[in-house]
Amino acid sequence: MGYLELTGIQKRFGTTFAVEDFNLVAERGEFVSFLGPSGCGKTTTLRMIAGFERPTAGRILIDGVDVTDRAPNKRDVGMVFQSYALFPNLTVADNVGFGLKVRKRSTEQITKRVDELLQIVNLPEKGKRYPYQLSGGQQQRVALARALAFEPQVLLLDEPLSALDAKIRVALRHEIRSIQRQLGITTVYVTHDQEEALSLSDRVVVMSEGRMEQVGTPFEIYNFPSTAFVASFVGTLNVLPGVVTDLAAGGVTIAGQAVRIARGFHGQPGGPVTVALRPEMVSLGSDDALGANHLTGKVTDVSFLGSIVRIRVGLGEGGPVVVLDEFNEPTLKLPQLGETVTISFPEEGPLVLDAKAPLDSVEALIAEA
Amino acid sequence: MSGGGQPPLAPAGVMRSWLRPGGDGRGRRRGGGMRLVWWLVFLTGSFYFILPLVATFLFSLRDVPPTAAYTDLFQDPEFFSSFAYSFAVGVATIVVSVALVVPTAFWVRLRLPRVRPVIEFITLLPFMVPPVVLVFGLISTYSPPPLSLTGSDFGSTVLLVAAYVVLSLPYMYRAADTGLSTIDVRTLTEAAQSLGSGWMTILLRVILPNVRVAVLSGAFLTLAIVLGEFTVAIFLARPAFAPFLALLGTKDPFAQAAGALVSFGMTWIAMIIISALGRGSQTRISVAGAR
Repeated sequence: MGYLELTGIQKRFGTTFAVEDFNLVAERGEFVSFLGPSGCGKTTTLRMIAGFERPTAGRILIDGVDVTDRAPNKRDVGMVFQSYALFPNLTVADNVGFGLKVRKRSTEQITKRVDELLQIVNLPEKGKRYPYQLSGGQQQRVALARALAFEPQVLLLDEPLSALDAKIRVALRHEIRSIQRQLGITTVYVTHDQEEALSLSDRVVVMSEGRMEQVGTPFEIYNFPSTAFVASFVGTLNVLPGVVTDLAAGGVTIAGQAVRIARGFHGQPGGPVTVALRPEMVSLGSDDALGANHLTGKVTDVSFLGSIVRIRVGLGEGGPVVVLDEFNEPTLKLPQLGETVTISFPEEGPLVLDAKAPLDSVEALIAEA
Repeated sequence: MSGGGQPPLAPAGVMRSWLRPGGDGRGRRRGGGMRLVWWLVFLTGSFYFILPLVATFLFSLRDVPPTAAYTDLFQDPEFFSSFAYSFAVGVATIVVSVALVVPTAFWVRLRLPRVRPVIEFITLLPFMVPPVVLVFGLISTYSPPPLSLTGSDFGSTVLLVAAYVVLSLPYMYRAADTGLSTIDVRTLTEAAQSLGSGWMTILLRVILPNVRVAVLSGAFLTLAIVLGEFTVAIFLARPAFAPFLALLGTKDPFAQAAGALVSFGMTWIAMIIISALGRGSQTRISVAGAR
């Protein structure tokens, strides 16, 4: 039995399903992220755990106790909001101690715990300041300290870093993870930022249109996406239309060129499949050491992205385009636009996607990225 | 937001153009022209407000000796008793209004945003019902048994407070609603709930302190209404300040003018106190969340 259990959770607003058949078991001390685009139901699910929304169906258990019908203030769940939600009329220390004061702890206990928490979030000298006297990053650390002060059973974080600038976001996410590990608190983190989810979490739940698309470790989610949506949403991806030639041997043709896929897949000989290929799996050149699969095409674009160079290769006239990344090093010889090149990738690289999400929506996402 | 060095009474752009050191002569002339316009506006406004006060003051000095109106006024025990009575009624009205309006405005913003136009319309109704109609309605409803509220001083005062709560509703509701619009009511409420707070704690420790300035301005308007209200007080036969001043005018018009000025001064003192009480939190609330 897990520490936090969500069983058959469903949330309907009128006739619209915001969340459908959501099932999750999180262990004590686990860090789980809900990842997905806007409107996928991740925040609604988080709000149901917090008690701000009531599920239309399903149960929520914390440490074996059914809390589905409990009011938010009776759940023992700490929450950090995107907009910090610090009480403007209270000092930092009063904000952090608010939950303890509500629980009628003694002044001594409150002072001790507040000092302890401010130490943990690296703001030991800011207790007497007001929220408006702090930067965004500092305010969010205070919000984290406040949510942790009363030792909740579960910590919920609703896109806590999205209002901060990039540098602070990266620094603070490491701090959040380190504090979470230090305190061993079960945490659910909502984000639409895949990098955040992959770098922070023990497990990631990828969501789309109210459904769970895939649950797994960051490694599994990135390397073995189970649906077209997950493959496209997490990381950059080449989505290539193919035709099955030999199902047993993993034979597929892409733009008329034969490739072999090591991972087993479903399909009919002569039938269409969608092949996903990460850009970092593809190399420029025909050396067999680069991979057993070779495709030939014309360079349509070369763009510098700092540490990598992204090259686009069109497979035939009006055919699919394969994007590949090369590390930017001084000895790198770049192809010219229009030059015919061969690209290679290993048999283990490509993945045939389940069509759980319609391909056009996947392509739209890629185009957006 | 506080600070910022912007001078009052003028848009920042206009004021900055006065301070611009260089520029061509045309710019300076335009700046000078605008300056003249602003001075004219300022002087006209000042004249409009100050002239009646000066006239009232000069009239109050026509008595013999010139300070007699003021000495008569301060020697009249009814001046203080009626002011104290109206002040007490005003405070009671404010307490009842705050207890009624703040939770209502809070709940409407939090859970019933769709009924907000309906609530706003209801709060405007006192503007459509003249006080004389209101007071006769109250008397005819609450005078007969079993309540017989007008049969005792206490009952009549309760009716007076109730009538003033209704009359102050448009001001108090708008003040509270404006205050609530400056904070993220939903998120602050949810944050307090997640920390274990019940509704009472949320209202008293989170919402009310953060709309304190707005509620105080509503309270000030309510106090001003109560101190100056005549119709309801006279028909309920209450020893209030406005009927006292009106009655004083029939006996001693100079003392009445002095009374008007003194009450005006008291109102200003109340306003300064509210401003002093609210200044600190106003800055905090308006800036919070902006970074």
